[in-house]
Amino acid sequence: MELRFSIEDERFREEIADWLADNLTGEFAAIRFRGGPGDEHMFPEERKAWERRLAEGGWTCIGWPEAYGGRGASIEQQVIFHEEYARAGGPGRMGHIGETLTGPTLIAFGSDEQRERFLPGIRAGEELWCQGYSEPSAGSDLANVKTRAEFDETSQQWRITGQKVWTSLAHESDYCFVIARTEPDSAGHRGLGFFLLAMDQPGITVRPIEQMTGTSEFNEVFFDEAVCGAGDIVGAPGDGWKVAMGLLGFERGVSTLGQQMLFQNELDEIVREAKRNGAARDPMIRQRIADAHIGLKIMRYNSMRTLSGNADDGSLQPEAMIYKLYWSTWHRNLGKLAMDVLGPEAEICAGAPYELNRLQSLFLFSRADTIYGGTNQVQRNIIAERALNMPREPRG
Amino acid sequence: MEFRFTDEQRMIRDTAEAFLSVASDGEAVRAAMASELGYDVALWKQVCEELCWPALHIPEDYGGLGLGYVELAATMEQMGRFLFCGPYFSTVCLAVNALLVAGSESQKATWLPRIVAGDTATLVGALDTPLTWEATESGYRLSGSCRYVIDGHGVDWMVVAARQAQGGDIGLFVLPGDADGLTRQWLPTMDQTRKQAQLDFDSVQIASADRLAGAADADAALAAVLDLAAVALAAEQVGGAQQCLDSTLAYVRERVQFGRSIASFQAVKHKAADMMVKVEAARSACYYAACIAQEFLAGGPMGEELAEAASVAKAWCSDAYLFNAGCGIQLHGGVGFTWEYDIQLYFKRAKSSEILLGNAAVHRERLAAQLLD
Repeated sequence: MELRFSIEDERFREEIADWLADNLTGEFAAIRFRGGPGDEHMFPEERKAWERRLAEGGWTCIGWPEAYGGRGASIEQQVIFHEEYARAGGPGRMGHIGETLTGPTLIAFGSDEQRERFLPGIRAGEELWCQGYSEPSAGSDLANVKTRAEFDETSQQWRITGQKVWTSLAHESDYCFVIARTEPDSAGHRGLGFFLLAMDQPGITVRPIEQMTGTSEFNEVFFDEAVCGAGDIVGAPGDGWKVAMGLLGFERGVSTLGQQMLFQNELDEIVREAKRNGAARDPMIRQRIADAHIGLKIMRYNSMRTLSGNADDGSLQPEAMIYKLYWSTWHRNLGKLAMDVLGPEAEICAGAPYELNRLQSLFLFSRADTIYGGTNQVQRNIIAERALNMPREPRG
Repeated sequence: MEFRFTDEQRMIRDTAEAFLSVASDGEAVRAAMASELGYDVALWKQVCEELCWPALHIPEDYGGLGLGYVELAATMEQMGRFLFCGPYFSTVCLAVNALLVAGSESQKATWLPRIVAGDTATLVGALDTPLTWEATESGYRLSGSCRYVIDGHGVDWMVVAARQAQGGDIGLFVLPGDADGLTRQWLPTMDQTRKQAQLDFDSVQIASADRLAGAADADAALAAVLDLAAVALAAEQVGGAQQCLDSTLAYVRERVQFGRSIASFQAVKHKAADMMVKVEAARSACYYAACIAQEFLAGGPMGEELAEAASVAKAWCSDAYLFNAGCGIQLHGGVGFTWEYDIQLYFKRAKSSEILLGNAAVHRERLAAQLLD
């Protein structure tokens, strides 16, 4: 076992840290530490400009192969990038869906024409993407999508009709990838297609969802005969599920250590507050703060195991399968701890009419963590069935 | 960064697993735990002579194998998994570590080869030791009584931690088990797989040469020994927690109620998933701490993290083992409550391992003091 990064990787760390220190200044100083989860609605224009600055420096899409404009960075280097980015207070990325989902999908499953058309815009930080997966009746049960895609022979276009929901950044995005049913009478994961749609067209309406935080990061997206070209389907009609599942496999956990850096910032704020207001003398609070500290340390060690890849056959490892359930539960508990450290002050907002402070946002927004991306209940089913080989749930 | 076992470490783990699954099966454990000594002497001889486990992390200069703490943790994990009954923790994780950390060159050269040759030993007393020492003309004199000494009634010799009579420094002394003035009494324990004893010191005389003289600060040295032992204990807890999950899964797959395997009920699956989260996180914490312990013993810079890494691991692994053992009994249903099924042995072991070297709350408070005070 070796816990340290190599000398070359440490040099890479210096390079990105220096670049961030030089560039997160001037017009970008104001968006440091902004735009993360719970704050994604803030500073969209400044953060779009930041995406372009990142691209100019060659710091977008670093994990992509060099042939597609990336750096071909190793897993370790990608981890270091995310860690340093979070440490420097790099703003919440607006290009991350294109970079981490659309790009790898097109590289793996797309046509040459699709790659040539879409990858440069993502790499340049100029074209933003959103993800059209969930629907009102297809949440955990993603295969239950109802959105339809019909091919119109006359215009040689696909026409998409239906509704997506929980689409983050839809109102800021240029493109959306959508799973829709290409075979009208199909059910489950059969008969689906994976489509690439321009957002700026009359057939698409975006409606923000007002969350319990009073802010809106997620949207409903309505498709009423929205169109895309015959060449804008990834794979063949009917391949949609395969492409969508392949896409989920691209999440290699490289951003997890960066995410943990944000969690550390939150825990540090709670520790500062506890010392300031005297909660640090309460034995129960002391236990819970230490427990949060332990939980975050172990989250890091779990990620280190995942990234070191100890499964010989390359299959998903046990510690990778627990990650979502582990971090979401930890983070939700951190939100509760934050309120208990604040005491009565927890109720008082930063401003009228409903401006939440950072810890209040944490408390409320962390309730979403155990729901999106697979609820804790679904995660437990996945662990039981795939890691522990227990019987599968009956399907309706 | 390669945070995973090397091929050699995996081989060591597999060897331990293969040996213990046979040598430490349910029957062997029950026979050993029913005895006062607590282990099968012939089996221990085999462990020393054929597998050389006590020599594992003793440097080659002293006749040991010169392997690292990760290898030690990998072996301890398997011992925990199979409830191995033997004086391994006391001899290797307590006494050997005490000599490695606090012994002078000549003391290490005297005592460590004896462990390699099959001696058993333990550590008596902790930072809040109830024992006192005072200087005499020819050496030292020890007084007081100490309970909860692991394997204390049977070991060949021991390292004793005592404080100077008037609230002074810690002293660490090596003492034979049959020293004059020392009375040793076995204490029957709820967890019968690990034996404890009460030791009474009535003006026990110790020669000057037998005070450990390799560490400038004996308090810090003893703290480090206890941290190293906590890391090894955490590894045992990981193995125990894993076995609770594995044996429970085997049971719920077989058990049929309402016409179906109870493993197919979501309530059962979710509990099993929670058990896996606990044990995988425990494994991460334990392996990390083992790497840090290795750094500490090798004098590397990351060794400074030892106290924190040990507390993180001991706090989490204590809770995880007890959680998994408790869930294990619940998911076994009625038979989980019987003497016949092994899950009860793990439940008791989980409790005794939790208490030993500080429970989770103690280690959390230690971390809280570092974060908040």
